[in-house]
Amino acid sequence: MNDDTPGGIAADALPTPIDPVDLSALHDRLETGAQAEGLLDIAYTIVDSPVGRLLLAASPRGLLRVAYEREGHDLVLDSLTAVSPRILRAPKRLDEAARELEAYFGGTRKAFDLRLDLSLSHGFRRLVQQHLPQIGYGTTLSYGQVARLVGNSKAVRAVGTACATNPLPVVIPCHRVLRSDGTLGGYVGGAEAKATLLRLEAAA
Amino acid sequence: MEMKQPFESVVAQHGVTVLRVCRARLSIADADDAWSETFLAALRAYPELPETANVEAWLVTIARHKVIDIRRAAERAPLPVAAVPEGTTGLGMPGTGDTVGDDALWAAVGRLPAKQRRALTLRYLAGMSYREVAAALGGTAEAARRAAADGRKRLRDYYQDARSGAGSEKGKGR
Repeated sequence: MNDDTPGGIAADALPTPIDPVDLSALHDRLETGAQAEGLLDIAYTIVDSPVGRLLLAASPRGLLRVAYEREGHDLVLDSLTAVSPRILRAPKRLDEAARELEAYFGGTRKAFDLRLDLSLSHGFRRLVQQHLPQIGYGTTLSYGQVARLVGNSKAVRAVGTACATNPLPVVIPCHRVLRSDGTLGGYVGGAEAKATLLRLEAAA
Repeated sequence: MEMKQPFESVVAQHGVTVLRVCRARLSIADADDAWSETFLAALRAYPELPETANVEAWLVTIARHKVIDIRRAAERAPLPVAAVPEGTTGLGMPGTGDTVGDDALWAAVGRLPAKQRRALTLRYLAGMSYREVAAALGGTAEAARRAAADGRKRLRDYYQDARSGAGSEKGKGR
C-alpha cells in the first residue's frame, strides 16, 4: 500500500530480525541458480591447508587462481573482477580441486589432474608456467635449468618473474624451482611455505 | 581506477536489506523467491552496472519489481495463505463499483469537478485546514475554502438529484 510513499529504503527496512540461517540457505540457492543459468563466471572457496588458508577460484573452464592468505584474499578477489565481477562464493565447483589438494597435503597424491584456466597469465610467463608441471614430485630445478627447459637459456630472470606471478601456486609447482646455489629463492606463499612443500614431497 | 567489487560482496552487504524489502510485502516463502530472483537478475546485469551507481538503491528497485511480479502472479492464481498480503483496493473510491454505503452519495461525489472533490476530501476526510489544503493543491487558502464551499453546495444538489432519480437503487448499502 505504501508503494508510493517517499522515503523508500528506510521505510522498507523494517527492523525485523533476519535469521543468518535463512540468508545462508538463500545464498546456497543463489549459487545453484547462478550455475544453472550460466552466470557463475568465477566460483571460489577457501580451504585450510598446512600452508595456511588457500583461496581457490575457478571459471567454467577450470581452476583459475590459488592464493595464499599473505596475498590478501580480498585483494585477490578484487583483482579477479578484471576477468569478471560475477564472482560468488560457491564451493561446489571447487570440490574436486579441494579433494586433490587435501590428498596432496596428505602425501597420497603426487600430481594434479585438474582442468586449469591460465587466462590470468600471458606470453613467456604462461609458457614457463605450462612447463613447470614437468618438474616431477619431490625433485627440483634451478631457474636457469627451467630457462633451458623452455628453450631460452638467457631468460633466467624472466623465469623468476614467471614463478613469482604463478596464478596457481601448489598446483603448478613453482615451489620446485630453486636458486642455482641451492637456496630457496622467493615464493609467493613465503619461504616458510616453500620449505614446507619441499619437505612434504621429500618425505612422501 | 575504481574497480567494481566482486558480486559476493554485494550479496554480503545488501542481502539483509533486500530480504527485508521482500518480507515487508510477501509471505516468507514468496519473499525467498523474490530475494533469489532479485539477486539472479542483479548478477546477470552486474557487469553493465555503472561503477558510480548506488548499488543498494539499484537492488531495492529490482526487488520491488520482483515483489510486484510475484503478487500479480498470486492474484491470477489465488491460493489459501496464512497471512493475507497487502493489496490495493477500490474501496471507497467513487465510480469503481466497489463502494460501500450510500451509492447515491458516491455517485454524486463522483460527478464533482476534480478540484472541488479534492478540496472536500482533504478538508473533511484528511481533516486538513484550508491553509494545508491550499499547500497540497496549490492556490490560496481562500480559493481552497471557496472550492470546498462550492463542492458542498454542488454535492447537495447532485445528491438530491440522484436520490429522486434513482430511488430504487437505494438500500443496497450495509
